[in-house]
Amino acid sequence: MSETIAFKPETLTQVQKIIAKYPEGRQKSALIPILHVAQKEFGGWLDVPVMDYVAEILNITPIEVYEVATFYTMFNMQPVGKYVLEVCRTGPCLTRGSEKILNHIRTKLNIKDGETTADGMFTLKPAECLGACGYAPMLQLGKFYHENLTIEKVDEILELCRQGAIKLD
Amino acid sequence: MSKKLLLKDAHIEGIRYFDVYRKQGGYEALEKALKMTTDEILEEVKTSGLRGRGGAGFPTGMKWSFLAKPEGVPRHLVVNADESEPGTFKDRYLMEFLPHLLIEGMLISSFCLGSNVSYIYIRGEYSWIPDILEEAIEEARNAGFLGKNILGTGFDCEIYVQRGAGAYICGEETALLESLEGKRGNPRLKPPFPAVKGLWERPTVVNNVETIAAVVPIINISGAEYAKIGVGRSTGTKLISACGNINKPGVYEIDMTITVEEFIYSEEYCGGIPNGKKLKACIPGGSSVPIVPANLTLKTINGEPRYMNYESLADGGFATGTMMGSGGFEVLDEDQCIVEHTMTLSRFYAHESCGQCTPCREGTPWMYKILKKIEKGEGTMEDIDLLWDIQRKIEGNTICPLGDAAAWPVAAAIRHFRDEFEWHVKNPELSQKQNYGLANYADPIPATAAN
Repeated sequence: MSETIAFKPETLTQVQKIIAKYPEGRQKSALIPILHVAQKEFGGWLDVPVMDYVAEILNITPIEVYEVATFYTMFNMQPVGKYVLEVCRTGPCLTRGSEKILNHIRTKLNIKDGETTADGMFTLKPAECLGACGYAPMLQLGKFYHENLTIEKVDEILELCRQGAIKLD
Repeated sequence: MSKKLLLKDAHIEGIRYFDVYRKQGGYEALEKALKMTTDEILEEVKTSGLRGRGGAGFPTGMKWSFLAKPEGVPRHLVVNADESEPGTFKDRYLMEFLPHLLIEGMLISSFCLGSNVSYIYIRGEYSWIPDILEEAIEEARNAGFLGKNILGTGFDCEIYVQRGAGAYICGEETALLESLEGKRGNPRLKPPFPAVKGLWERPTVVNNVETIAAVVPIINISGAEYAKIGVGRSTGTKLISACGNINKPGVYEIDMTITVEEFIYSEEYCGGIPNGKKLKACIPGGSSVPIVPANLTLKTINGEPRYMNYESLADGGFATGTMMGSGGFEVLDEDQCIVEHTMTLSRFYAHESCGQCTPCREGTPWMYKILKKIEKGEGTMEDIDLLWDIQRKIEGNTICPLGDAAAWPVAAAIRHFRDEFEWHVKNPELSQKQNYGLANYADPIPATAAN
């Protein structure tokens, strides 16, 4: 990496606030929340220099960050598209047609599970139960859930993404 | 009509905000509790008969009484909001719509347990909810109900929210504590139990969101009155998140005296099954509890009506009964394929295994692979037996209950729906085009079965 990795000053203030939630000497507890912040600030995934930077901030060894980052599904270890479509496909969503939704997205974007479209816009990431079983089928996009999906609704979401008009945060 | 304690004000506009919540009598339970001794509060919780609402159903008062209180060591209350059991979305509802109920319950519980810093550990995917909770925390602080010297009593309490990052295993309390300490969510060996050595090796109580919310009505109406609601050891009310093939999915509060039949078919609850389809099977307590066919869903093996409570749902043990679990109630209609459905659950558990114990790490992906093979019409009869064998070797052989949770759905599916598995094996081509259907799963239970 040619540029130095560093949080923006306002993000750094946020990070300090997170660390202050835990007793002195227990700053490692802030690791997962800070990795969320880092992933958001540094392009939607956690590159090694980013993880090293987080280790430095928390005064822990890099391996302590790697082993955590690789454990949790929400942390991306590789670059992802601008819009990550996380479509739930566990039992309750299955009973309400999640496979149809997944197939539609696969065909329409011409990507397989886990892949990103050539233009870097979309990544399809099938997900395991997201706790929206009563409002299935559903997908997560950024911070929010899109529920009671139909093929038409999915098309609408994809179109809004293309226009940059979807709320992610 | 079930009595409502937790959701009684859920329909009121703006109940999310302090002023509206307060107007409905919010924080009166906290005011009352702060005038009681901690022993008196504990006694009320014990008398109420409240059982952990996360799934295990352990008596809450007893759990609290185990909390070690060594001199000079801080204690903590940690709320488990890592709701991830497929079919379960009730805690999400409570936090989204009634955040102050949780905050008030936490303040009362923290006072009783002596926790001056309490945490809410929420699953990472519920990423819009921490903002709602943090707003409620600030509102409570501004009103003098949270922070330093609450209402002049000298009791200090801070509440912090921490997000997880996508790991079902962190709903297991010791894995949750590991995660809260900034580590991988690998469950700990017990003992020591969290009550003795929990968060940062300090005495800790971990309770589910709904459990802590229930402390508010218990203090309001008294433990004795709470215990009068419901039946037997299923006291109080329970939130049920209903999903699958029903007309009215959503979160319902029940008093545990209604039948399963009423819950599925009445307009007050699920409103029946769409498109005139018939009931095939039900998973009444989250994906890890045994699936039961239609006939055993509505009736016990003795032909008695099945009720929506801990005892009745478990009637018949695993042979013919199931469990209340987390209250994640999933209905499957006649068009659902049991093999495919079980396969998705196995994929879920394989994905979520932390990898610490060999039987679970190796066994869960094997179950998924075999189920996938059978589902695709490439299975053999031996595969069904192998599947049975693997689940048996996982159950009871792991540090935490994830192993059991992964084994039980597979075991129950084979136990009750073996003919459907065999049909897939015998009809490799046909099974790719159509479903096995309802078969005899809804037939009356034979009279001889009772003996």
